[in-house]
Amino acid sequence: MQLDERQRGYWRRNLWLTAWLLGVWFFVSFVISYFAREVEHILVLGIPLGFYMGAQGAPLIYLLIVWWYARQMNELDRDYGVHDADRDD
Amino acid sequence: MADYMPRLRRYYASYTVGFFAFVLMLAVLERYGMPPRWIGYSFLLLTIFLYATIGVLARTASVAEYYVAGRRVPAVFNGMATGADWMSSASFMGLAGTLYLSGHQGLAYVMGWTGGYVLVALLLAPYLRRFGQYTIPDFLAARYGGNQARLVGVLATILASFVYVVAQIYGVGLITSRFVGLQFEIGVFVGLAGILVCSFLGGMRAVTWTQVAQYAILIVAYLVPVTILSYQVTGIPLAQLTYGRVLQQVQVLEERIFDEPAEVEARRLFRERADAYHDRILTLPESLEEERRDLAARINTLKNDNAQMREVVALERQRRELPRNSEDARSYWETQMHQAAQRGAEPDHHTTAFPGQGESVDELARANFLSLVFCLMIGTAALPHVLTRYYTTPSVGDARRSVFWSLLFILALYLTAPAYAAFVKYEIYSHLVGSPIAQLPLWVSSWGKIGMVSIEDINGDGIVQLAELVLNPDVILLATPEIAGLPYVISGLVAAGALAAALSTADGLLLTIAGALSHDLYYKIYRPNATTQWRLVVSKSLLLVVAVLAATVASQKPATILFMVAWAFSLAGAALFPALILGVFWKRATHAGAVSGMLVGLLVTLYYMVRVHFDSIPWLRIQGIGMEPWLGIQSTAAGVWGVAAGFATIVVVSLLGKPPSRETQDFVESVRYPELDR
Repeated sequence: MQLDERQRGYWRRNLWLTAWLLGVWFFVSFVISYFAREVEHILVLGIPLGFYMGAQGAPLIYLLIVWWYARQMNELDRDYGVHDADRDD
Repeated sequence: MADYMPRLRRYYASYTVGFFAFVLMLAVLERYGMPPRWIGYSFLLLTIFLYATIGVLARTASVAEYYVAGRRVPAVFNGMATGADWMSSASFMGLAGTLYLSGHQGLAYVMGWTGGYVLVALLLAPYLRRFGQYTIPDFLAARYGGNQARLVGVLATILASFVYVVAQIYGVGLITSRFVGLQFEIGVFVGLAGILVCSFLGGMRAVTWTQVAQYAILIVAYLVPVTILSYQVTGIPLAQLTYGRVLQQVQVLEERIFDEPAEVEARRLFRERADAYHDRILTLPESLEEERRDLAARINTLKNDNAQMREVVALERQRRELPRNSEDARSYWETQMHQAAQRGAEPDHHTTAFPGQGESVDELARANFLSLVFCLMIGTAALPHVLTRYYTTPSVGDARRSVFWSLLFILALYLTAPAYAAFVKYEIYSHLVGSPIAQLPLWVSSWGKIGMVSIEDINGDGIVQLAELVLNPDVILLATPEIAGLPYVISGLVAAGALAAALSTADGLLLTIAGALSHDLYYKIYRPNATTQWRLVVSKSLLLVVAVLAATVASQKPATILFMVAWAFSLAGAALFPALILGVFWKRATHAGAVSGMLVGLLVTLYYMVRVHFDSIPWLRIQGIGMEPWLGIQSTAAGVWGVAAGFATIVVVSLLGKPPSRETQDFVESVRYPELDR
């Protein structure tokens, strides 16, 4: 399969988006959790930040990440005129 | 397909309304004196009947329908089905209890089980869908070429899924025995019937549509009790938003209760008891003899004093239940010692992260928390029964959207679980602790009867101390309707929800196991020219065999069931995740690298789990194999080592060999780059 410049461009943009979002994922999952004790004086809805992130904050951010990725990628597909072979509606 | 969505919506809307009408009808009947046992039966029969109807209506004889539901499940419905597939009886019943018992430390499960979907969405789902075959081993075989990669994939799939399905069927047995009063073993086989009616005739197609129905029941059942409890305690029926305030009150109560003199005294007594067990273990076997003599002497004096018959009988039973030899005595007393020591330990504040001595941070707790989060995430992104769901959407774009819907539907439960823990803790700290043992609330005595709640008045003051109370984690969810004073119908609804959670997960898992055996092992390796019809016959018979096997194992009540669930995640993650990810993102990964990496990941994880968790395996006559955990990481997070070893092995072995063929590289490109408009 010979790749042209457009395909490379598509893949590059995909990788950038993925890397950025994984960075956010890593930060909320591991960095904030590691410092949970250091940020416990910050209260969100009456809950210390470390606990809040584990219970609500991080899961909601995960949801945003997945939503943003789907939106951006589907838009990218449209820009590049991707044909999904099986799509029949 | 144009009129497909509205029709589906209409079906499920009328189905949900019908279910609510049924619950209301039962509520009215309960008012008129319908006994609880009948309510339990009605829920059990009606829900299984519903699932069976969908299963029969969706029966199919087409391979594409059977394995991937014809690839026409809309994103939203696939999200719901994934939600039900994903949320097992451990999520439904166990999570709230874990959060109650271990506070912040339990949040590892909430984060791990939701954060894994980020990995699914970004790294796996779209590429698997673009590849578009039937199973996970299919992908491994196509990417790395040859049947060895497929075989190792099949092995990992079956190992992880079977452990998990046993846990689900065990859960079904518990629910039916508790709510309907069936014997545990009978409950297991009733559950088995419930599972088979869905998956046997219609495969993935039937399982998908029953899972959508099961999701509706399980989420309503999960949200109703805590919403009402939240309304009663705070006046606002949104438990997810109000539990912060309740946690602040819990914090105040904790500060008062933990330092009360009676509480400190009770903890000291438990620690003394632990020390006494410790001494006895050290002086084995004389201590066992002494114990026996001592009991005999006490029985004799009681008999001579013409004491109450009841006391004599109680002591005699104690004597009968003494361990037979010093090996038994050692393990029995060690458990007793750990329990006593746990009850005597300083309690931790609910919201404090990694509590150590005084104000310090417990580094070990922190390391275990982070590695458990990591293992659960990687495992989530590698469990085959979840990943295969993304083969069933109509397009790659739908697969991406579908992960979003999956996570949204899953969050409805996971964001609520911490609220359960908070409200029940508030209830127990404010009402139960400090109340006289003679007047316990009704829910305590009714769950106490089957051993889910126990109170031991160790300091003999007739008042409940926190240290004297022991709760089975499952009771947090199951008792909430009674704590909130709701009618039995709600308890029945919760049981139906728990049943739906266990059945839906078991269905997905069984189908995955049967698929790996029939599609990958039989069709792709053993007999590539088998006819379509024959393949379905093989698949269905294997489904039956695996289901009966799993039910038989579950009816043995394996003791380490909760550990086994966490292990399934580590195993799947270590064996499959590195090979799947590198398969898409690293063209240089070779066949030899992948096969050795999967095997090394699997073996390292197994080795670590077994040696950290067990000291001896009686049925293999192996003894003294226990080892100190590396860096203090518990066996539930064994995948940390396995995943690292797997990645490292794939990279090293791949770089040592020749680069993969042009053909393989073309395959990777076809998964990465879609057809573009020129």
